[in-house]
Amino acid sequence: MNETWIGCMIRIRDEQDEQAFAEVFQYFAPRVKAFLMRSGTDAALAEECVQEVMTTVWQKSAMFDPARASVATWIFTIARNRKIDILRRQKRPEPEDIYWGPEEEPDQAESIGLQQESEKLGAAIAELPDKQRELIEKAYFGDLTHREIADMTGLPLGTIKSRIRLALDRLRHAMDRK
Amino acid sequence: MTPNIKHHLTEELLLGYSTGSLPEAVNIAVATHISMCDECRAAAEAYDSVGGAVLDQAETVSVSESCFASVMESIRTAPATDRRLARRPADPVLPAPLRDYVGGSLDKVNWRPAGMGVRQAILPTSGEATARLLYIPAGTAVPDHSHGGMELTLVLQGAFRDEDGHFGRGDIEVADSEVEHTPIADIGEDCICLAVTDAPLRFKGLLPRLAQPFLRI
Ligand SMILES: [Zn+2]
Ligand SMILES: [Zn+2]
Repeated sequence: MNETWIGCMIRIRDEQDEQAFAEVFQYFAPRVKAFLMRSGTDAALAEECVQEVMTTVWQKSAMFDPARASVATWIFTIARNRKIDILRRQKRPEPEDIYWGPEEEPDQAESIGLQQESEKLGAAIAELPDKQRELIEKAYFGDLTHREIADMTGLPLGTIKSRIRLALDRLRHAMDRK
Repeated sequence: MTPNIKHHLTEELLLGYSTGSLPEAVNIAVATHISMCDECRAAAEAYDSVGGAVLDQAETVSVSESCFASVMESIRTAPATDRRLARRPADPVLPAPLRDYVGGSLDKVNWRPAGMGVRQAILPTSGEATARLLYIPAGTAVPDHSHGGMELTLVLQGAFRDEDGHFGRGDIEVADSEVEHTPIADIGEDCICLAVTDAPLRFKGLLPRLAQPFLRI
């Protein structure tokens, strides 16, 4: 599944492919809407917000890096930031970006590795006991404060972290060469 | 990026940053540390992956028939943007999240005297927590104090030492209400820190306590 979405994102980025965008939209727009409504927005505001999130997915397609995130993860971060903006009327301070130079493409093996880890993580979450999975969902929908920390034990977070770390190292080296 | 960072963000802060549940002032400290620390950047992005998996597995709520058409309409009418954004100019002291709040580089900071040679600048954020830049002359001590709540201290220039250890550029000290300490800036260089508190600090000495309402510490 991950591979399909990455293919779509690359076609959106390189060819402004509206058919590929329609596929991404069809799958993710109803999920983003559900995410926003679980976080406390009404249906009308959620719908408006979905439009902004999906417009951003198109406009920022060049920023998507498959060696560091799955498409679902990337869209989650866009939706989360929009949610903070709308529900709390705050801007979200983001870390200084590490950009791909124009000639730097993510390494194939790295992005495949990351996508495989993302799938493992998804499977691990799906297999959690209901209570624990609900806690994690609640934390991400914004129903828990950071003090009521969700139990993340048993999730393969360490492996996905080292994948991301590898991709970051490579980016740093690419930047140093310039 | 700053090598040799020894003091990192806690799991609680990384998770809170990813879920979006932290006050704006705390987010500034997290985003600034991540700008200098690939270790914590990777950890934060790993937590984002959990969010991605939650979104992926979430139930769905169908969008209106016209939703897709509206999005395509806004894409077509939006002014063409440079699809690969240019890198913002770097600053040796202030990473990008701080430059956004200061409105530029270090020379744009509006310092105010805070007593004993220390200067401060409070950043404009929501009221749940306070973020301030502190300028501590080399060798100077920040008065002995304890916290009503959490205090994050992130070093941007120079270094300081307190009961918890030695903190250089990029290091972040996470102190809770249990901690009572006297940070002292190293001799070699003036120290610039980002300090975030979610409750007022309590100073032990009489004079600093009197001064507190004016300093907004
Ligand atoms: Zn760190
Ligand atoms: Zn303190």
